[in-house]
Amino acid sequence: MGFWKKPASETQITHGDRLWLYVVALVIMLLLIIPTVIVVPMSFSDSQYLEFPPSHWSLRWYEEYFDSAKWMRSTMTSFQIGVLTMLVATPLGTMAAYALYVSEHRAARTIFVFLITPMIVPVILIAIGTFYVFGQLGLNNTIGGLVLAHTSLATPLVMIIITAALRTYDLNQERVARSLGASRLKAFFLITLPQIRFSILTAALLSFLTSFDEVIISIFISGGVNATLTKQMFSALRDYIDPTIAAISTIMVFISTTLLLATQFFEARKDK
Amino acid sequence: MIDSSKALPIVIRGLTKKYGSLYALDSVDLDVSSGEFLTLLGPSGSGKTTLLMAIAGFNRPDSGSIRFGDTEMILAPPHRREVGMVFQNYALFPHMTVAENIAFPLKLRRIGSKESRQRVDEALSTVQLSDLGGRRIDQLSGGQMQRVALARAFVFRPRILLMDEPLSALDKKLREQMQIELKQLHRKLGVTTVYVTHDQREALTMSDRIAVINHGRFEQIETPQAIYNAPANPFVADFIGESAMLPIKRNSSGDLFYRDLLIASGYSELSGKEWLLVIRPERLFAVQDSTPASDQTIIFTGVITEFVYQGETAFALVSISDQHNLSIRFGTDSSGSQNLMRTGDTLRLGLKRSETIIIPKPST
Amino acid sequence: MLLGLAAPSILIIIAVIMIPLGWLFYLSLIGKGGEFSLVNYQKMIEYKSYARVYLTTFEVSFLTTLVCILIGYPLAYFLAQLPQRMAGIFMLTVLLPFWTSLLVRTYAWLVLLQKKGLLNEFAIQIGLWETPVKLVHNMTGTLIGMAHIMLPFLVLPLYGAMRRIEPDLMRAAANLGAKPVQVFWKVFFPMSLPGMVAGSLIVFVLCLGFYVTPAVLGGGRVVMVATQITAILENQFNWGAASALGVVLLIATLIILYLAGRLLKLDNVLFGRN
Repeated sequence: MGFWKKPASETQITHGDRLWLYVVALVIMLLLIIPTVIVVPMSFSDSQYLEFPPSHWSLRWYEEYFDSAKWMRSTMTSFQIGVLTMLVATPLGTMAAYALYVSEHRAARTIFVFLITPMIVPVILIAIGTFYVFGQLGLNNTIGGLVLAHTSLATPLVMIIITAALRTYDLNQERVARSLGASRLKAFFLITLPQIRFSILTAALLSFLTSFDEVIISIFISGGVNATLTKQMFSALRDYIDPTIAAISTIMVFISTTLLLATQFFEARKDK
Repeated sequence: MIDSSKALPIVIRGLTKKYGSLYALDSVDLDVSSGEFLTLLGPSGSGKTTLLMAIAGFNRPDSGSIRFGDTEMILAPPHRREVGMVFQNYALFPHMTVAENIAFPLKLRRIGSKESRQRVDEALSTVQLSDLGGRRIDQLSGGQMQRVALARAFVFRPRILLMDEPLSALDKKLREQMQIELKQLHRKLGVTTVYVTHDQREALTMSDRIAVINHGRFEQIETPQAIYNAPANPFVADFIGESAMLPIKRNSSGDLFYRDLLIASGYSELSGKEWLLVIRPERLFAVQDSTPASDQTIIFTGVITEFVYQGETAFALVSISDQHNLSIRFGTDSSGSQNLMRTGDTLRLGLKRSETIIIPKPST
Repeated sequence: MLLGLAAPSILIIIAVIMIPLGWLFYLSLIGKGGEFSLVNYQKMIEYKSYARVYLTTFEVSFLTTLVCILIGYPLAYFLAQLPQRMAGIFMLTVLLPFWTSLLVRTYAWLVLLQKKGLLNEFAIQIGLWETPVKLVHNMTGTLIGMAHIMLPFLVLPLYGAMRRIEPDLMRAAANLGAKPVQVFWKVFFPMSLPGMVAGSLIVFVLCLGFYVTPAVLGGGRVVMVATQITAILENQFNWGAASALGVVLLIATLIILYLAGRLLKLDNVLFGRN
């Protein structure tokens, strides 16, 4: 019981005095987590109807998912788009972050704000806007169109992550490298890049997730053969509640968790 | 402003604080008299801040007692200790003005707004910041922030004042000026003050007494003069002031020798054969080649290995044996006699026997 | 030129954001016959249903923000008091929902809030109420779902702001005589306010334009701007009306952000190079 008498903060208030806070926080954390992971046990339910707790366990919804050509195609599409988005947004965002951070030009600030706009503008507007414009250009229901759209969402995210990483990094190292004869490009690749690599990896993974999880733009501009997983899930949710969604959700939670833990791992390695 | 009879003495007995297996404080005892200015002096990690925090109530010692006057305070929470405290980074509240910061402790004590305003003005004028009451904290310079922190710490008339390296963030000139002002303030307030610093010069300047602390234990607690002239052990000798330390041995007749040079006699009652001679550089003086050693003076002969002219002083490093060097500082005078000294020259250094400091060599 | 490195990103943003938004703006000014007119905006003022949509939208956004503050502040405070490593671990409970597709979360709430869902069953078991309460396909369900989705957006900036509060300030306040409760209200809380306002703003603005969760959990009864826009496009293909609604939403969002930016001096938050 010694723990409860120990001081918990600078004011020397004890853990015991704060028990109520710990309980409240615990409840809130449970409320945050449960709806996220509850899909997991649900997905193993045998029932046609959404029920929890499941009365019978089975893998039928996973079978439904993996057997369905439509689901598999949309999953592949989402993966494809996700990877492509990651491959495009990460370098673009990193370059932008670097350029704007290092530059002393007056325009740098304005450009930074400009590049953040996708995060400020309500996504619904980006969705319908691109729907219209892509419609005119024939880019709707194409992989390319989706990658473009998702990249616009992911790039600001990458930029913010890399900018934060650059702030904790001593730019003088690059200057030293350049004074020793390296070009700016070489200095970046040989000196700076290796030191911010974990942040770049984190940004890459999060770009992937941003694209993979993205719903509303995909609802509008993906369709037919190139429908994304999320679009198909949304249609399924609206029209009829297909328990296959529970299985798919579980897989998505699994992917998110894995990538998230990977980024945490990177965070930890970053300071070593 | 404060009647010095309203200052409290601090009595600490057997105070211990462990972090894991590390003793931050190892059963320390300390007496601070009413109204005294005592400095806790030591290197980083010595435990000085831990001790100050214990007095303020910000950590809970594992055992021991802390009394303010007759009252045991060891279990008292920090907000009930009635001590004024100045933090290293001032800890001024950024969302309040200068006046609001200073009034904060008064408001907590339910002091009415009229009297509160009066006391805040008084405090501001004591620290010479009379017109800055309305300023925001981010508009203040380092020195000004320091004074506001001070004003806030004494405005509620505490009987004990604690300061945790309050001048370390200031530049040299300002720091030296503030040292004098703090001393004057202390004299005016008459409050018992415990001051933490790692800067020995600061400690020597400001303190009534210095408590030298290392590895959670006190090495010596005495007046600045006593500590400077009679350090109790090599750590204190080394930490305070510059010094050279030469190993000396005692022979059976009670004479102390450095190699074959007689340092002192009449030490037959001393136990132990190995001792250290502590030499403060300013006690050495250059000696003419012709002057012999005498009863009052020891003469070291050596070769100059470094000679540096530093403006108002010149500094020479003299090798007196293959293992030991002595450093000596000269005031430079216009005759330029130092100009004749060069590396490689032989130099004879004199030391008055009355100014030798002899301390036991610690067993390793 | 160094800034040229940012060019590809700029181009993408122009292509995907600026041009479509520009088109929307243009489209909103086109009437039924293809001529330039303000008829779409006129309709918005005339038709009560549009006003109601905006009212609902602001209502939902405001309530969601409120709930997020009430739940999120204690959580952020708890996390900010923990040592860094433990906070990182518990933070996963905030980050995991954050990085899980909102479809998954919306779906989960759909199941949980049903008449026969976990929440009703649990409440009946512990005696909160006796017959199953309709918790989904209405405002309640929408609010619950949105609060859950938005919570990380409040907690993360608030947590960051709380971490940056110097611990010595708390010590100083306690030393000067403030009881722990007073230290919180007089020093900690005021200093956490900018972070809280920033997080609340993010939540509010995100709620304004939100589509998926209200669409699924609202069951058609909670009509927000985004749902309305989508419905107009699906049913009538009336780009004029839809884009007018969208433009108003955008302008409202920008005004709120601008005012907030001035309030918070966001400059320091975004651009500080220290």
